[in-house]
Amino acid sequence: MRRAPDSPARRRLLAAAGSLTMVFAVGPVWPQDETPLSKGKLPGSLEKAPWLDAWIRIEADNRITVFTGKAELGQGIKTALLQVAADELQVAPAHIVLVTADTARTPNEGYTAGSHSMQDSGTALRHAAAQVRAVLAGLAAKRFGIDAAALSLRDGSIAAPDGRRLTYGELLAGRQLHLRADPSVPVLAPAAHTIVGKALQRVDIPAKVSGGAAYVQDLRLPGMAHGRVVRPPAPGARLLDVDAGAVARLPGVLKVVRDGRFLAVIADGEYRAVKAAAALARGARWDTPATLPRDATPAVMVRALPTRPNPILARGTPGAAGRTLAANFSKPFQLHASIGPSCAVAQLVDGQYTVWTHSQGVYPLRDALAELLGAGKDTIRCIHTEGSGCYGHNAADDVAADAALLARALPGRPVRVQWMREDEHGWEPFGPAMLTAVRATLDAGGRIADWQYDVWSPPHNTRPGKAGNLLAATHLARPFAPDTPTPSPQPEGSGDRNAIPYYVLPNARVVHQFQPGAPLRTSALRSLGAYCNVFSIESFMDELAQAAGADPLAFRLAHLADPRAIETVRSAAQGFGWDKYRKPPRRGRGFAFARYKNLAAFCAIALEVEVARETGMVRITRAVAAVDCGEVVNPDGVRNQIEGGIIQSASWTLLERVRFDERQVLTRDWAQYPILRFNQVPERIEIALLDRPGQPFLGTGEAAQGPTAAAIANAVADACGLRLRDLPLDRARLRAGH
Amino acid sequence: MTTYHLRVNGREHAVDTDPDTPLLYVLRNDLGLNGAKFGCGLGQCGACTVTLAGGSVMSCLVPVSVVGARPVGTVEGLGSAQAPGTLQQAFIAEQAAQCGYCIAGMLMRAQNLLAANPKPTDAEIRKHMMPNLCRCGTHMRILRAVRRAADAMGGKGGKA
Repeated sequence: MRRAPDSPARRRLLAAAGSLTMVFAVGPVWPQDETPLSKGKLPGSLEKAPWLDAWIRIEADNRITVFTGKAELGQGIKTALLQVAADELQVAPAHIVLVTADTARTPNEGYTAGSHSMQDSGTALRHAAAQVRAVLAGLAAKRFGIDAAALSLRDGSIAAPDGRRLTYGELLAGRQLHLRADPSVPVLAPAAHTIVGKALQRVDIPAKVSGGAAYVQDLRLPGMAHGRVVRPPAPGARLLDVDAGAVARLPGVLKVVRDGRFLAVIADGEYRAVKAAAALARGARWDTPATLPRDATPAVMVRALPTRPNPILARGTPGAAGRTLAANFSKPFQLHASIGPSCAVAQLVDGQYTVWTHSQGVYPLRDALAELLGAGKDTIRCIHTEGSGCYGHNAADDVAADAALLARALPGRPVRVQWMREDEHGWEPFGPAMLTAVRATLDAGGRIADWQYDVWSPPHNTRPGKAGNLLAATHLARPFAPDTPTPSPQPEGSGDRNAIPYYVLPNARVVHQFQPGAPLRTSALRSLGAYCNVFSIESFMDELAQAAGADPLAFRLAHLADPRAIETVRSAAQGFGWDKYRKPPRRGRGFAFARYKNLAAFCAIALEVEVARETGMVRITRAVAAVDCGEVVNPDGVRNQIEGGIIQSASWTLLERVRFDERQVLTRDWAQYPILRFNQVPERIEIALLDRPGQPFLGTGEAAQGPTAAAIANAVADACGLRLRDLPLDRARLRAGH
Repeated sequence: MTTYHLRVNGREHAVDTDPDTPLLYVLRNDLGLNGAKFGCGLGQCGACTVTLAGGSVMSCLVPVSVVGARPVGTVEGLGSAQAPGTLQQAFIAEQAAQCGYCIAGMLMRAQNLLAANPKPTDAEIRKHMMPNLCRCGTHMRILRAVRRAADAMGGKGGKA
């Protein structure tokens, strides 16, 4: 059902044999292995993969294939990238076959994360396609003997004014071009865009609404076996003994695997594997020591962890005179909690592994698997295949490691592994618990004269690259140690992402209290530290505004200088009707703003909530967002991301908290870890897009997470006078009032 | 192993499987129908929602041995990517998916509503969709898609 491996070597062979003309694909080496020449910085990921044939191939029959190292995570990136490439190539999007992250076929663009895909891959494709178009126009001008300016490009062909016409494939046939990206070639002027800026329908949705094979979970290869892993009851648990013999005799069981405390079964049918794993779990005895902090609030627990202070801002002089306010904020461990538990299929044939995975980074995963399996990187191919939405570093890489280990135990046959719900909830890397402390001084004029902010946070990045960052690798008899986490530097940051306010603060000090370890494994969850930092800063801005006797919106505007920020804030306020709002009983309004990472998308949110103190129920009646994400490629795609971000962040903010006792994680299913359902989503969400044609892509996927949280907290405070600073703002807290 | 005769989307199938196998696994692995998804195996999320004798069920909880002659409906029965049915068209028109993993279950839950109540109010749609979880936050679009489908069916409840 899948195309045979299409390696660079194979492409060269085909081209040399003349069986297929690969015009942009005949380079002597695979592009991403080359060191870029120092000829000035190239746009987006062209800097990492500067050869055009890594991105675009046009074959003699005019088929066009576009390659991206980014992956579809449900965010609609395939459609947006197609729009960018199609516009520059002057073809219909349907003309292009888009190939996404695959270690045998696509450029290495690292991770699909951090709202970077449009900046990295969209920018690279735009420039690569513009250059391909320019090369084609040059060829056509020569063939027709006329000036390139007289040519017209349409539907994959180039025409002269006299009617002569050649397709791109015809123009290139027989030629062998292997060109390095040239940043001086101009891209289309925004006014010339016919596809970018349009709400093109997503290419993946028809299959998803009709049961098409859309996910790695749907992959069904000939001879495929099913694996299930039996995890320890807790991270610190030791396996005392296990009765594997009885399980091996169960119907359909092909193999029982035990390596240290990594326990798994492989069976000929999926439910047989599920049953065998349950039997294996019943036959295992564990010693589960009490290693987790007992009854500690997230704030207390985080504060007690070993800390490495890292000052990230020291501006002006501390100690200004005035009225000083201080507050602490916290968030608990939270889950990605994809609806579909993580899944992978792996196969080992003649020493070559193929792994179908929904990892966010097929290349780093390949490197980690090579180390885990003791195999050469060139013996492992990782192919991105969509999974359930991931929202960051979830168990995608871990289940790929499980599948690869089981494929090694059962050579020849594809082995599919899907985690069970309780594994996903219990073992995915959690979004870290965090604590922030803010202190600010207002001068006589009601302006912020001094600002001090500390954020304590365990790591937001324990992604693979190293085998020890794969869960199974830490459970083997000869375990791999997890990599020592390091914080990502500013300006993007990790735990300190958005810890520096985007406001004009003449005197400010910000410290990232980085914590390399936590009692539970943590990693990247959509927006990293920005969620908690923006929640803290924007909640506190409301507290300061109140202390200064100012309207929260006016107070923010008085501290903003960036015209795009000001326009975003004004747009959300206007859409909401901030100035003419009349507060109904039990209701209140809240506002929040942030520029994601202080360098990406601007997002302001105004919303109204209704609070029932007697039940603790908070309901969002209406949310209005304004977003400036630079040039908008697909306005409906941006809206979908922002709407989704608002709802997901509302769920985190109102409901979500990983709970554990001194031995193990307790929140193992949707009953223990509820998320927002249809009764609690807003009545209405409205989104204003501030399009900036010609400006760089700024990404959108994570922009709404922080502002939503603070806008809810501010609205709750407005509705009932209760300022809640510890997340989640759940019913117990609302009823208790703290 | 036992042989079961199942009626799925109007077609008869003979399946050899263990009696305790949930219908979900039979649909996916024996009949090759991808629509219903494994989400929790606990009846908590609705990703595996199908119709059974006209009602919505979570197929992860229904052993194949209890299905009997009752007709099973999956999202594949509503139409195809090339020829989507009214409800599927509405989801496409509203672009009511992000990752889409929950969407087949949402469609089947909605189908069940429109068959029983062809002219639902917005409040009835919300209430009916409650058992199904979406993590991407596509709820507003899903609600609009169900409304659009109801309007397009003109009160004929999924028979259009």
